[in-house]
Amino acid sequence: MTAAIAIEGLEVVFDRFRALKGVNLEVREGESYGLVGESGSGKSTLLKAITGLAPVAAGTIAVNGRTLGKTRDKAFFRGVQMVFQDPYGSLHPRQTVDRLLQEPLAIHGIQDGEKRIERALDEVGLGKGFRFRYAHQLSGGQRQRVAIARALILEPSILLLDEPTSALDASVQAEVLNLLEEVRRRRKLTFLMVSHDLAIITHMCERLMVMQNGEAVETLTASQLIGHRVSEDYTRNLLRASEGFVRA
Amino acid sequence: MSGNSDKQTKGTLLEVDDLRVTFPTRTGIVQAVRGVSFSLGRERLGIVGESGSGKSQTGRAIMGLTPPQAEVSAKKLCFDGIDLLSVSSSRRRALRGNRIAMILQDPKYSLDPVMTIGRQIVETLRTHEKVGKAEARERALEMLRAVQIRDPARVFDLHPHEVSGGMGQRAMIAMMLIAGPELMIADEPTSALDVTVQLDVLNILDRLVAQRGMGLIFISHDLRLVSSFCDRVVVMYAGKVVEQLKASELREAKHPYTRGLLNCMPRIGFERHPLPVLERKPEWAA
Repeated sequence: MTAAIAIEGLEVVFDRFRALKGVNLEVREGESYGLVGESGSGKSTLLKAITGLAPVAAGTIAVNGRTLGKTRDKAFFRGVQMVFQDPYGSLHPRQTVDRLLQEPLAIHGIQDGEKRIERALDEVGLGKGFRFRYAHQLSGGQRQRVAIARALILEPSILLLDEPTSALDASVQAEVLNLLEEVRRRRKLTFLMVSHDLAIITHMCERLMVMQNGEAVETLTASQLIGHRVSEDYTRNLLRASEGFVRA
Repeated sequence: MSGNSDKQTKGTLLEVDDLRVTFPTRTGIVQAVRGVSFSLGRERLGIVGESGSGKSQTGRAIMGLTPPQAEVSAKKLCFDGIDLLSVSSSRRRALRGNRIAMILQDPKYSLDPVMTIGRQIVETLRTHEKVGKAEARERALEMLRAVQIRDPARVFDLHPHEVSGGMGQRAMIAMMLIAGPELMIADEPTSALDVTVQLDVLNILDRLVAQRGMGLIFISHDLRLVSSFCDRVVVMYAGKVVEQLKASELREAKHPYTRGLLNCMPRIGFERHPLPVLERKPEWAA
């Protein structure tokens, strides 16, 4: 079986700053894979490198067995879609939900738009009533649902999720995480998910990679992490931090 | 830590009775806070709720930072015997930053971007106390040291964009503590920070609040975090207090909303698919 995403020796350099230093990663088809680390550890840069939004200096990225070149073609974007962190920044403020969802369909020349928009909105739990609203008329959780609908409308096989719930309230976060799990099950999607919250990653992912300073610290399965079977001090620190505040 | 043992709970620092904040909008009046009551001694009180529950507006009303078009009313809003609603705005200004201080969520937006960190701290100090330049600088450096900034002299001369989020939030705490406030309102002080940095900042805050015997109001949407940090928790929903309880008795929370907030977060080692989702019943808001 070919890997959904296979990355070898990936280097990303911004001017003189090495944001990623030779990272290897393999995500199997249908798997949900997590990337954890603090700000500046390179986890978001890794997602951006896959979509062609970061300057790759060395290394190879292969998606569904095809090695990617310098540019990405339309077929790539049909297969790989991304959901960003900030639902307030990722939707066009002057476009209705309908217009937002039309755009990817127009770019890819897809005909049955009407049906797809209805299905996508239905799938993310927003009824028809939301179709002609603007982003500012929606709450944070509803906006993130629109962003997920926009990613799903091209029927991709891989979703890249960059902190999809960190801008949301704890209670809304649960709803969005449940939605993501449900669409993954229904559409047999592959997830590559970034978060700084270990609890979210162990909830959503089967395997994960801990990153720091642009390097992989270690690769674990969720059950290893839950059982505290980790070998690096950095991961142990993250685990301790995720247990919340303890008065010294 | 000595925080819990020598806590002085005898005097009431702040009394809030039936606080209401209303905003006039094009489509009518919006009631953001609808009759909130609590009292605070020299202790740590958490206010928890979702976005729009009125928790931040409660904090802002106490601080006197409600937008001018909104209306604040209360049967009683009293800080150390001073009626905050009838006091003159110049006296209110003298209280703000001096005896009541507030930490905001994101240091990127709440620090002045064109002023060095040191100058901002000194400004706060010299607004409220008559101190010379050299002494003010000395005290600012000391305060930066107290929030565990390793090289205070260097950070003193940096602008906010030159420091990390965690460092910026420490500078903000230093700025708020330098005038020695008796009441501190912290509105989501760590939500913009990484998990590991969050704990550092909370530790610093915890130590300083305990050492100085301040009253603290900690506003957050994270019930678990608040309950591990505070003595008492007020849970708000749709502008009202739905439950007040001791942090240690959180497990015995009765209100379904409180229990929902507790349960909805994923936890390591507790597999639940799908996660329980909060039900919101209209009668809770009634």
